[in-house]
Amino acid sequence: MKRSQETNALILIGIIGLVTLFGVPLTLDLYSVISLTTAVSLAILALSLGLIWGFGGILCFGQTVFFGIGGYAYAIAALNLGGSAVAIIVAVLVAAAAAVFLGYFMFYGRLSDVYLAVITLTVTLILYSVIRRTSGPEYKIGIAKIGGFNGINVPPINYPWDVNKFLYPEDFFYVAMVALLVTYFFCVWLTKTHFGRVSESIRENEVRTELLGYDVRIYKLCMFTIGGAIAGLAGTMFANSIGRITPDVFNLYNAALTIIWVIIGGRGTLIGPVLGALIFFYITSLLGQQNVVNINLFLGLVLIIFVLVVPKGIVPSLVQIWVRRRSRRLTAHSARRMRRRGRSRVTEVAVEE
Amino acid sequence: MVLETRALSMHFGGVVAVDRVDFSLRENELRCLIGPNGAGKSTFFKCLSAQLRPTAGDVVIRDFNVTESETHQVARMGVGIKTQVPNVFDGLDVEENIWLSASQSTSIKRARVITSEVIERLQLGSVRKAQLGALAHGQRQLVELGMVLAGEPWLVILDEPTAGMTQDEVVRTAEIIQEINKSATMIVVEHDMQFIRMIAQKVTVFHQGRILIEGDMDEVSSDERVREVYLGHRRPQ
Repeated sequence: MKRSQETNALILIGIIGLVTLFGVPLTLDLYSVISLTTAVSLAILALSLGLIWGFGGILCFGQTVFFGIGGYAYAIAALNLGGSAVAIIVAVLVAAAAAVFLGYFMFYGRLSDVYLAVITLTVTLILYSVIRRTSGPEYKIGIAKIGGFNGINVPPINYPWDVNKFLYPEDFFYVAMVALLVTYFFCVWLTKTHFGRVSESIRENEVRTELLGYDVRIYKLCMFTIGGAIAGLAGTMFANSIGRITPDVFNLYNAALTIIWVIIGGRGTLIGPVLGALIFFYITSLLGQQNVVNINLFLGLVLIIFVLVVPKGIVPSLVQIWVRRRSRRLTAHSARRMRRRGRSRVTEVAVEE
Repeated sequence: MVLETRALSMHFGGVVAVDRVDFSLRENELRCLIGPNGAGKSTFFKCLSAQLRPTAGDVVIRDFNVTESETHQVARMGVGIKTQVPNVFDGLDVEENIWLSASQSTSIKRARVITSEVIERLQLGSVRKAQLGALAHGQRQLVELGMVLAGEPWLVILDEPTAGMTQDEVVRTAEIIQEINKSATMIVVEHDMQFIRMIAQKVTVFHQGRILIEGDMDEVSSDERVREVYLGHRRPQ
């Protein structure tokens, strides 16, 4: 895509985002708005993986680690501090710190991609089983009980300027949607910066990037940390939208699901993972209303079909089709012009004769 | 002395790829490293660029011991490195490939200027916006050379820069290398003897992990031992 077309696409995405932001709470019923809020929080998670995998070449199989840590940190901070705004900031910072800690060992230890995937997946599964075992009243941080597999009930979110004034669930949709839009355009901006370009070159060829004099480790660590922070933000939105955070966020199903969103939506784009998450969420909730087919069976089938037929994912494939059509139309157009010009020359010759 | 190795050795298990090599390079030299397959040239090359950590001995670049350094640190000193296989960014276009190299050591603005200069110098203008993955092998090599140039290095080490190039491209590469040599000291690892004749000043011949002989091209090519190593000639008994 040319730059101007890309700008147009971004403007379109921005408009659609704004229409959704203001239109949804006006038109849909409360239940739909609440479940859409959850979907939006998952879309932010998908975006974080889409950024680090698609633009940094880091295949993190446990992006849910930071999502879950963000959610838990938010719940614990909100209960202890009594305010939501500070708790969100704390949660994002804790998730980012976790990413720095984990990333430091992986990148400075020069682990290859496969090990990185395995380790991140393992970490999420470890967190899953550790937190499930924290049911007793002795497991608590401040006044917040970790709660084992029951998780933590998240207090309702309040306005930043008034701790006693709470947001209604339909109001929280605005918060989540704004968070999605802001992180999306932040990611777009990030991929255009020098840092983003170098990260992309690392994805393309790590050895070459090093030979050019870039310290690949620090770039990867920064990218991973930004991804962790965004996933943490997604976790706080998720915890708020369903009012609870449980260890299930760390399970294998969710870890794999995050990867699937990115694969289906399209790696190497930012809007792809977002759409992937939203579409998947929609299908899942549709199928949840019936008892004819097993949801997981169906979703598995969808994944297989995608990997075989549309391996690049929805968005890159659509772009490809669009570009091809356009170039075909252009060649047809110029061919017609050539023919016309040829014909007029023939008539000129005839006139001369 | 621009570059020096002292008793440099590299072992892979029981295999000795580089065996106590003492090598030195003066300012503005253009040195060719030749030798048959398995002579240890590429391993030696990788030790120089810190892609491999030698088993023993030291690599010293401008009085700075880089034996324990990381690759990017060596590159950052102003050393331009080109590996044997074209190491380029296949998914990005020519301009971006070169820009990424230029922008490492200088401002974004200046990097753009350098990028255009390099593209003009290598006559890559017609493929400026083409993705590297879609280009012919020789052109990819040329782009990688451009990436080396864009870093404005004072020491350039190239591993088989002409591999897979057409005759025309080889001639052009020889010209480019001589031009680079005006402002930088160079080491070129090569197989192609014709190409070496075009550019060589001083040649170092590697054999079985050691330096067999060092001298100018005539001296080297008339040496009995070199012929023996290269052509498998046996001296008449």
